[in-house]
Parts: sequence; structure tokens; C-alpha cells
Amino acid sequence: MSSIASAGTHHIDHHGDHGHHHESFWTKYVFSQDHKMIAKQFLITGIVMAVFAMILSILFRLQLAWPDKEFPILEAFLGKWAEGGRIHPDFFLALVTIHGTIMVFFVLTAGLSGTFANLLIPYQLGARDMASPFMNMLSYWFFFAACMVMIASFFIESGPASAGWTIYPPLSAVPKAISGSGLGMTLWLISMTMFIISQVLGGTNYISTVLNMRTKGMDLWKMPLTIWALFLTAIVGLLSFPVLVSAVVLLIFDRSFGTSFYLSDLVIQGQILPNEGGSPILFQHLFWFLGHPEVYIVLMPALGLTSEVISTNSRKPIFGYHAMVYSLIGITVLSFIVWGHHMFVTGMNPFLGGVFMITTLIIAVPSAVKSFNYLATLWRGNIRFTPAMLFAIGMVSFFISGGLTGLYLGNSALDINLHDTYFVVAHFHLVMGSASIFGMLCGVYHWYPKLFGRMMNEKLGYLHFWLTFVGAYFVFFPMHFMGIDGVPRRYYAFTEFPFMEKWISVNVFITWSAIIAGLGQIAFIWNFFYSIRYGKKATQNPWGANTLEWTTPVKHIHGNWPGEIPAVHRWPYDYSKPGHHEDFILQTVPFSETMSSNLPHDFEGNPEAERIQREWELANKPQPEKETE
Amino acid sequence: MGFISNRKLRAVVILTFVMGVFCVSPAFSQETDTVAQAVDTAVTPADTSGTDSVVVAADTVAAAAPSAAAGATPTAATVEAGKPSIAPQVYKNFFYGILLVLLVCVLVGVVGKILEVYELTRRMSGKDTTYYLHNANAWLFLISLVLGLYGVYWSYVHHGAQSIRDAATEHGDKIDAMFMITTIICTIVLVVMHIALFGFAYKYRATPTRKAYFYPHNNTIEKIWTIVPAVVLTVLVLFGFFTWRGITNVSEEDQKSALHIEVVGEQFTWTVRYPGRDGKLGERNFRLTTPLNGLGIDFNDKSNWDDQVGSEIVLPVNKPVRVQIGSKDILHSFYIPDFRVQMNAVPGMKTFFQFTPTITTEEMRDRLGDYTYNYVMLCAKICGGGHWNMQKTVRVVTEEEYQAWLAEQPYFFTEDLQKEFKAAQVTDERADDLVLANAN
Repeated sequence: MSSIASAGTHHIDHHGDHGHHHESFWTKYVFSQDHKMIAKQFLITGIVMAVFAMILSILFRLQLAWPDKEFPILEAFLGKWAEGGRIHPDFFLALVTIHGTIMVFFVLTAGLSGTFANLLIPYQLGARDMASPFMNMLSYWFFFAACMVMIASFFIESGPASAGWTIYPPLSAVPKAISGSGLGMTLWLISMTMFIISQVLGGTNYISTVLNMRTKGMDLWKMPLTIWALFLTAIVGLLSFPVLVSAVVLLIFDRSFGTSFYLSDLVIQGQILPNEGGSPILFQHLFWFLGHPEVYIVLMPALGLTSEVISTNSRKPIFGYHAMVYSLIGITVLSFIVWGHHMFVTGMNPFLGGVFMITTLIIAVPSAVKSFNYLATLWRGNIRFTPAMLFAIGMVSFFISGGLTGLYLGNSALDINLHDTYFVVAHFHLVMGSASIFGMLCGVYHWYPKLFGRMMNEKLGYLHFWLTFVGAYFVFFPMHFMGIDGVPRRYYAFTEFPFMEKWISVNVFITWSAIIAGLGQIAFIWNFFYSIRYGKKATQNPWGANTLEWTTPVKHIHGNWPGEIPAVHRWPYDYSKPGHHEDFILQTVPFSETMSSNLPHDFEGNPEAERIQREWELANKPQPEKETE
Repeated sequence: MGFISNRKLRAVVILTFVMGVFCVSPAFSQETDTVAQAVDTAVTPADTSGTDSVVVAADTVAAAAPSAAAGATPTAATVEAGKPSIAPQVYKNFFYGILLVLLVCVLVGVVGKILEVYELTRRMSGKDTTYYLHNANAWLFLISLVLGLYGVYWSYVHHGAQSIRDAATEHGDKIDAMFMITTIICTIVLVVMHIALFGFAYKYRATPTRKAYFYPHNNTIEKIWTIVPAVVLTVLVLFGFFTWRGITNVSEEDQKSALHIEVVGEQFTWTVRYPGRDGKLGERNFRLTTPLNGLGIDFNDKSNWDDQVGSEIVLPVNKPVRVQIGSKDILHSFYIPDFRVQMNAVPGMKTFFQFTPTITTEEMRDRLGDYTYNYVMLCAKICGGGHWNMQKTVRVVTEEEYQAWLAEQPYFFTEDLQKEFKAAQVTDERADDLVLANAN
């Protein structure tokens, strides 16, 4: 391979030489250090975890829709947790907790960032691999171990953690308060610690790759928005996850070593505990200092992926590229100073609540700019509805409708009545759950040819999209109204309150929608795994996209490009440029080859280039007019 | 295109058929006369991870986990039922359910095949095979826009009417006014943005002749749509900030003039404490908790001696109430939806919420036409297995009714407690003497 590579390449693929020949099954598929293989590992693990967490959600939806009915089959599977076919209240909380944990951390953080940061950062920047492939491999295996430990907690006597995914102490600290806070919570904490290690390893890698390993000509303002989003996501993660470590470690101390960081004045079932002087509010501050940026860690990659897909499939440049980047940066910075909006009514100083409200509502401005720019990108486009594009449009829809309800919850006065109700459930499932998972699915459909060298079935993709899109709205839209009525979340049954009984019929509707949308995922799973072997063979650039990954060969090679890494000459969004014969121009095409379509601002004030362009235009402009005559 | 090649499709159909026969055949279920045998499941790839793991989790049923092959291989497993016997019919039904899902999958596959054939005929007759799909999706977007907007309208009318009740407190009206303004703004944005989103998707769907309009940026437009949301949000922020301060920032005078009551949460019940004649709630100390003195009330503090236990929360109408919220064990949340009142109960820390109820329970019943209606206080913070039923009735009554009710409420300082308290004092004195003696 190096025989093809010219000596002048600034990053010679010498590991391409060695790696190719001695790869065994283990080094190629299991302990792989290749970014493409690691991306696949993250993706498939993410999908498996997503299915697992989705099944958990169906289980608790069954309970909510038919609180008085018995499902004997559940006992066959769950044993004592569903005695007589009725899910146990403690286990209900465990289901809710693990569903949330898996979805937020394992699917939408690791599954989303892990997959696409690993796949796209080297590909779209023109790098042979990640800055540190070994760390990258460790990152995956820590994540995998975290998943295993989390699932293992279902097989222990006292059951998995069940204090909610936010694991607020003292509930999570005192095993007597709920059975899940015994060994289950210990496993949760171990799993989360490993997960954070994985995130920090990954994040460091992503940042250093973006900063150091861009190909020639790829300055920051020529990076695709996906990279911007993944880069900023990694920064947010790197700064906030360590704070969760501190929260987790202090909780471990409180649980196992008798400290009182979070505990004070507790009388659990008549027994006076010795702890004094701690504060549960401290945990909430530490948790949400990660927890809120986490929301953007989940959302920003989805925004990046959809920007790319919407632009490509509208055959139009993304509208306001700079504004898109600046709003991402704005979201990144602001995401660190809004965490208090999760704590308006937790006993935090009310004045502080007012301050957090102001910062929270400011973050709506960059988000609004992003949505408007998406719409402007679609406007007068030539929209091709590939499955990826459908999911991208769906993502924008969820981002709008879920984001708007943020205006209620970010407002501390309104939050008094909506805090911890179904309104919150509806809000975050739309804006961070559905929007992010749609971003992820959009990415999977779009980059599948790059991942596996084959195409997914389009029509199954359409079926999958419409079932999921409609299903998600059917599930989450009615929940807003339950919340306004004052139904708290994490309630096992709505049977004990007269005012909630009217919502049971709505719950039945929601559960059926969830089941149908859940079954709709079979279309995806089948499509995904079937197409790995039997899908239609992909061409090199099936979508007519501009970015660098589509210049690599379809068959994966170690080092990505045979020979020299291509240099970059232009931004990634020259779609449908007037004067060019095709509706896309790859980033690798120099301006000298596209004289007929160059625009004055392309040269960024380079007088020499402008002069050449002017001369060319003088020489060539009259000709086409003559031809048309 | 060929997501199911013919060979594969045939295999699936045959498998489904075989499984059907296998299950329906009476011999199979009669052979196994007791509950000792049942059919386990064929698992589709989608279900593998979930069902497999939960099967093993079941400890009452020693189930042989289905070794699900990549496709759909039927696995009959003998299940030895433990104590709680599960009727074989249950497994059968489950199996039928899975069969049904598989059947639907096969149907989808068949439809896919038909579509492929249709596409082939289109291609052969020289028609396009890409753009008709774009068209179909564009139309679906238009339809979902229309149905979706109608759905939003329907939800607002039906579910909205179910969920919005008059606020029964002074500040609640302000919150509701702000809620309405926010809802109006949000609904307008929601509708306009979705008309644009789905409308553009429909209107600018790909056609062979269209070329997209190269339009990378327009600074004026971008400035406008940065500034307009910023202005709208500023208005909302200011409005919200002053409402919030109005609710939470209560002057000391107002605090003093209010009726003070305390509500203490524990798994899974609430205790209500009225201050008695002196109007003062005395101090509590969790170390003094005994079976008799559940709240750990410190009776050295004499203002505790006349404190009364409230069987429910009864409040006089139009009088400010300052609720002191506490927790004995873990976090709870004091939440009265009708009052627009919520505050967490935090162990080791007092939290407060001051409000003025304005509508008596009777009046509210009249308004709603529901004569069993009650305000209710419930727990809104996850607190364990009984979280879903941790409630206390709240009644708002006239001043006279309130006084009459209050007179009937018992004191915390019962005779038994008084004895306990005296005994404790004696031992305390002894201990003090002992300390003195040692010191000397």
C-alpha cells in the first residue's frame, strides 16, 4: 500500500502495512483498534441495548394501561417480580430506572456518539484512524463491560437499581428504603463508573483527533457540521462526566463507608440512622451538573447528523453554516449553567431558581436559530426522501415540538405545577428521546453504505419511519395533558386517585401505540442485520454527498484511503451550485476545476485567486451566450 | 431491493407453517397431561436479548432458555413449573402472539415483494422508479400535517378540557395566566413551524427537472430570527421571573401573619401538624424519634405542647398558609395540583411554601358539578414501592368550619408521651448528675 502512497503524505499509513496481513479473528472483529470496526461495535451494542430497554418500557406500559389485569406470561419470565402475573411495584420502579439509564447513557450517549464519532471523525476529516486507537478500543470495552454489569443486575435476588435514573439519595443510599438500593444499586454505580471511564477515553480521543489530525486544507471552518457537533459533544462530555464520577464516588462512600455527604436526619422505618450534616441537594447539584449537559451530549450529535443529511438530500447548502456552528457553541457553553432548572422546587434557594430560569430560557435562542435554519435549508430544495431524510425531518419535528414545551418547564413559576409530572416525561421523550433516536436512525440509514458496504432496503425504511414517527407522537403527545392535570411520573397505577381515573383509557391508547411502534422496530432490526450480508451492494458515493468519507473505497481498508489522503479545498456544502454540471461538488475538488461555478466569496479575500477567476470569467463568459444564441 | 430473496421467503413461510402445526396439533398438548410441559418460544431477532435474559431471571420457573437461531427456529422446551403453576394455555397464547407477529412480518415481506415486482414492471415500461417513492412520501407528509394539526386541535379540546381546572389559590391564577400566554405562543410557533416543515417537504419534493436553489446564507434573515425569539423569550423570562419572585419571596411580615402548619412525609404516608393556640410549631429532632413520638418532637420546647395532629389538611379559605415541609426518611414531594403548589420534602432541611386558598371545597364541587370531588395532596418524588399511593385529602373550608374541625383534633403530647417525656427527663438528670460527679 505504501508503494502507492507518495512520500509527501503528512500521515503515512504505515500501520496499513503491518495490520493487513497478520489480522486474526480476534484483532479484526473483537479487540479491534480500527475506528470503523469500533464504530460498528458501538452501534450493534447500542442497538441491542436499545431493544432491551424498549422491552422494559413495554412491560411497564402494560402495567400502566391495565393495572387490574393479570398477565400470567409475565410470571413465567419474571418470576417473583410479577407474581400472579402482576408486576410488583418495586420492580415497576426498577423497570423505569433501568429503561432510563440504558436509553440515556448506553443508547443515546455511547450508541450515538460512540458510533458516529468513531466512524465519521477520521473519515470526514481525512485521517487514517483515531489519534489513539488503543484508547479507542478500551473505550468500547469499558462500555461493553458497563452494559454487561447493568444487565447482570436483573439476575440478582434484590433486583436492579430502582431509585429512578437520577438515583437521588437517600432513596438510592439506603437499602432498607427500597430493595433495589441494595446490590442492584452497587452494580449500577460500578456500571456507571466504567461507563464514564469509557466516555472520558473516547472524548479525549475525539477531541485530539479533531484538533490534530485534519487533512491538508481542512481548517475548522471547512469541517462538516457533524464533526462540529461531535467535537463539541466530546468537549461537553469531557468536562461534565468527571463531575458525575465525583457524585457517584461520594454516593459509594455514603453507601458503603458510613460517610454523610448526602445523608442527614434519617429515620428509616423506625430506625434512627447515625448520619448527620449531609445534604441530598448536594447530590442533585452534582448530578445535574452532568445531567443537563448530558441532554445536549445526547442531542447535539443528532443535530449534527441531521444537518448533514438534510443538506445532502435537499441538494442545498445548509442554510447559515456559521450560525449553525455558533449556535452549537452557544448551546455548549450555556449547557453548563442551566442545570438548576431541574431543581426549582427541590428546596434550592428560590432566588437561584430565578437565575437558572433566565439562563435556561436563553438557551432557547440558539435552538430556535437551528430550527429556522433547518427550515430554510428545506426551502426551495430538491428533496429526496431517502429513509435517512425522513428520519431527519422527523427529528426536526420532534426538536420543535419537544423544545417548545421546554419553555414551560424552564420557567420556574410554571414548573411548580409541572415538575415531576407526565408533562416532563412528554417533554424529554420528545426533545431528547425521540429527537436523538431519530438522529441516530437517520445516521444509521445514511452511513450504512459506509459502515457495511451495502444498502439498506428503502421501503422497509419507509415503513419503519412512519410507524415510529406516528407512534412516538401518539405515545408522548397525550402525556402533556396528564401532566397539566397533575399526574406525577413514576406512578405504578392510576387507580387510587379519582382525578386520575379518566387517564386510564388514554394509557391504554398510549400502550397500544407503544406496542405497535415497538413491533415496527422489527422492520429496522431485520433490515439492519439482513442487509449486512444480503443488502444491495453500495456504490462509492450513493447519495451524491460532498464529504470526504465518500471518497474512500467501498471495501474497508486499514488506513481508509489507498495512497495519499486527499486534500480539502472547499466547504462541505456546495450542493446545486449554479454553473456546475452536477448538483454536488466534493470537498476534494479544487476551485481551479470548477471555474464556471466559483463565487466571489469562495476565495475568502485571496486577491490572487480572485484575479485568476476574473480573468477566466472575462475569457469565458461571452462564449456560453454565443452558444445559446 | 431484495430484502427477502425467494429462497428466504419460502423458508420463513415453511417455518411458520411448521410451527403452527406443531402448536395446534392436539397430540402435543395432550401428551403432556400436567403443567409440566409447555411450548417455549421461537424468538425473532428483535426479541432475543430481552426475552432470553428475562427467562433466566425467572426463578420460579426453571426455564430452558430458547436457543434462538438467527432465523425463526421453533424450540420446544420442557418447563418444570415451580410452585405457582402457570397454565399451559398461557404459553400457548404467548406462542400464538409471536406467531401472529411473524405472520404480519411475512405479510410485510410479501407486500415488499409485490412492490418489487411493481417496480420491475415500471422499469420495464420505461417509467421512473425513484421519483414515485419521493412523491408518495411527500404526500404522506402532507397528510400527516393535516391529520396532525387536527389531532393537536382535538387534543386541546378534549384532553385539554379534561386537564385544566381553575386554580384554587391566589398565586395559582397568575401561574395559569402565564400558562395560557405560553401555550398561545407555543401553539402558534408549533403550527407555523410544522406547516413550513411538512409543507416544504411536500412542495419541494424531488422531481427530475428541479434544481435546488443555492442559498447558503442571508445575514439579515438570520439576525431577524435570532432577535425575534430573543425578544419573545425576554418577555417570558421577565414575566416568569416576577411571578416566581412573587410566589417564593414572601416578606417576613406576611410570613408571620400566615397560618403555619407542618407536613412531614415518610414512606408512604404524611403527618400533618397544626401549631395549636400559640400559633408556633416547635422544634423537632430526629434523634428523639420513638414509636410513640414518630416525628421526634422535642417536648423541651414548650411551644410543642399544644401542637395538634391533623387527620387531613384542612385550611380556612382566603387566609395565607405557610406550610413547612419536612421528611423523616427520604425525598418526597408535597404536591397539590389544584393549588399549583409543589415543594420537595428533604430530610435534614426545612422547606416552605406559602399560598392562599381562595376556593372552598364546596365551591369547587359546585363548579365542577362533581359532589365527591376533593383536593388532594400527593407525593411527586419517587420514594419507593408505595410512591403511587401516598396521599392526603385537602379541604378548604370557611373560618368557622375550620375552628370547629381544629377543636376536635388531638394533641401530639398525649398522656403516654408525657409519661415517656418525664421518664426521659429523670434519666437525663441522673446522667447530668453522673457527669457532675465524674467531673468532681
